[in-house]
Amino acid sequence: MQHTVSVLVENHFGVLARVAGLFSARGFNIDSLAVGETQDPEVSRMTVVAKGDDRVVEQIMKQLNKLVDVIRVEDLTAKDMIARELVLIKVRANASNRNDIMHVVNTFRAKIVDVSPESLTIEVTGSEGKIDAMLELLRPFDLQEVVRTGQIAMARRGQLKAPSKCGGKSGPCRSSKKQAKKTKKK
Amino acid sequence: MKLTGAQILIKCLEKEGVKHVFGLPGGVILPTYDVLYDSKIKLILTKHEQGATHMADGYARATGRPGVCLVTSGPAATNTVTGLATAYMDSVPLVCITGQVTTNAIGSDAFQEVDIVGITRPITKHNFLIKDVRDIARIVREAFYIATTGKPGPVLIDFPVDVSRAKTDFVWPKDVFIRSYQPDVECPGVEEQLQKAADLIRASKRPVLYVGGGAIISGAEKEIREFVQKTGIPITTTILGLGIFPETHASSLRMLGMHGTHFANYAVQNADVLIGIGARFDDRVTGNVAKFAPHAKVIHVDIDPSSISKTVRVHVPVVSDVKSAMEKLNCLVTDKRPDIEGWLAQIAAWKQKHPMKYDAAGQKIHPAYVIEQIGELTQHKAIVVTGVGQHQMWAAQWYRFDRPRTMLTSGGLGTMGYGFPASIGAQLGKPQETVICIEGDGSFQMTMTELATAAYHKVPIKVFIMDNGYYGMVRQWQELFYKRRYSGSVIGPTNPDFVKLVGAYGILAIRIREKKEVIPAIKKALAHKGPVVVQCLVSKEANVYPMVPAGNALDQIMDMA
Repeated sequence: MQHTVSVLVENHFGVLARVAGLFSARGFNIDSLAVGETQDPEVSRMTVVAKGDDRVVEQIMKQLNKLVDVIRVEDLTAKDMIARELVLIKVRANASNRNDIMHVVNTFRAKIVDVSPESLTIEVTGSEGKIDAMLELLRPFDLQEVVRTGQIAMARRGQLKAPSKCGGKSGPCRSSKKQAKKTKKK
Repeated sequence: MKLTGAQILIKCLEKEGVKHVFGLPGGVILPTYDVLYDSKIKLILTKHEQGATHMADGYARATGRPGVCLVTSGPAATNTVTGLATAYMDSVPLVCITGQVTTNAIGSDAFQEVDIVGITRPITKHNFLIKDVRDIARIVREAFYIATTGKPGPVLIDFPVDVSRAKTDFVWPKDVFIRSYQPDVECPGVEEQLQKAADLIRASKRPVLYVGGGAIISGAEKEIREFVQKTGIPITTTILGLGIFPETHASSLRMLGMHGTHFANYAVQNADVLIGIGARFDDRVTGNVAKFAPHAKVIHVDIDPSSISKTVRVHVPVVSDVKSAMEKLNCLVTDKRPDIEGWLAQIAAWKQKHPMKYDAAGQKIHPAYVIEQIGELTQHKAIVVTGVGQHQMWAAQWYRFDRPRTMLTSGGLGTMGYGFPASIGAQLGKPQETVICIEGDGSFQMTMTELATAAYHKVPIKVFIMDNGYYGMVRQWQELFYKRRYSGSVIGPTNPDFVKLVGAYGILAIRIREKKEVIPAIKKALAHKGPVVVQCLVSKEANVYPMVPAGNALDQIMDMA
């Protein structure tokens, strides 16, 4: 089954390799991976989509949690989540079929972001299902280039938040460690 | 006053209480070795970086303190890989510092450059590349913290030469706080889980305690002994758990698994509650996982959540440090109950019917005999360090361990050549104790370059080579499963004259051929002040029994005729 896993990590070099390594070491293909800064520039958030049986995914999540640079891990799959992907599509177009393509674009509430005599470039966001459906309809027009960001996702309720870097106080402190861990534990 | 990066690094090691570093110098680590020259930290100069990592590993396992390596870049760094993987598999705290080319040359295929951080990522608990001289103190502090806390493990620090020459003020961080790594915070719900475990134990009729290396790392021998004494529940251990409980005690079932005792394996297969403590249900322990402990409800105490339910489904998981969990569990369990008497009688009957045995006839030396005698003559108190192979299993079966941190062996990775250098490290960490190294002729030759290290530092280890002229464990499998086709396992004709070889280093060497020579040779070795190597020409085709062939359930055991 397909799993969508959110991983909050320290924004350091090498972290992506550590996370990806856990998947590749098990011969596990990542369907998509998106990484970007969060509201805290020192923290990045990865959204990993991968297929695997629940036990394997559970094991991988535990291993991710063990990585020193990983702050929190959450499997969003079973949650009420919002998942989106952004795609740029360059499709061959000429005067005769441009209107047909634009009809598809409007139906999916996508946008035309570039027009040339031979092509149209479309920007679309949405869930994986919507994107796949749209690509299916555009395929007969000759897709020249498709670039997908990979899925990003968040749960509708609650928040995945990193504890403060110094444990809540300005200096290193012991007292607030407990609290820090609580948010880390699933 | 501003210090160089190299000065800061060595100062940090001193602050961390490091007494010995293991390694050898080379190009980009020279600024650091130059500072080390004036430090009170003692350099144990090795002949190979693999030896350095195993020494640091033996030092760490014997003392519980982290072992430290200091080596150069490129080939030196790659030479540490086997040692790091060995330490990683067995959760041994190491800090390995490798030199690196200048930061602006990284990635340019510079001389002796290798991406050691990339190479060691899956075999270290964590690793660092220091890019700024101002980060050194923090990173070293964090490295030691990560290596020694939680589930311990090796940490590598890659140290570019320009960073070692750059200057800054030295500020020692008072405390370590890593928000994404909080090993000393207890997982919520432990109390409830332990209560469930205690209820299960109380209701059990056929309980077995199965203890691994995690209990030793945690320092839980007192708690484990109290638990066994209080409840009367029999205890078996993994190879890394040997010594957590005296093997001469009536409650001990000794080691379980592929080469475990009949009675330990039967007990596990017939148990109704299996209490796994600081062990990870490795395939050498479980045999065929699908048929492992088929009647048992499993309790598993482990500090590492990813160990739980990894191979065997666990009914009551307890994510906790072993020592603190056992302290609490001891308050919850009841005293010896009459309703497990039948179970204990059954186990006693198994012990009676299937005792550990070896072929003791004739004047040939059976390796088990040598180890048994070493056990007697050292009152089971010595630190035993082994290589990997048949001799390792005989050491595990026949020494009869009494104390924790006295069986040092590569259990997880199975690194041949581990024993000899690790014994040097163990002896340096524990100078007052007797350190026995049990090696095979094959395993010993993988790292025997360190004879020079033992000789130079006069490390008084007692090395016993069980020389049967084969890669013995390979030969045993070939005998049993490959129609005696000894492909690549015959090494007798390739072996050197060990007595001459060892003698060339100025180390006392003894060769024995007959059983009657064994006890005098052991006594002579133990009485000798410096290092000794005893070459024991043992029965060539002795096999390690009992044996559970791979794929079998634990109670489908092969034994000698």
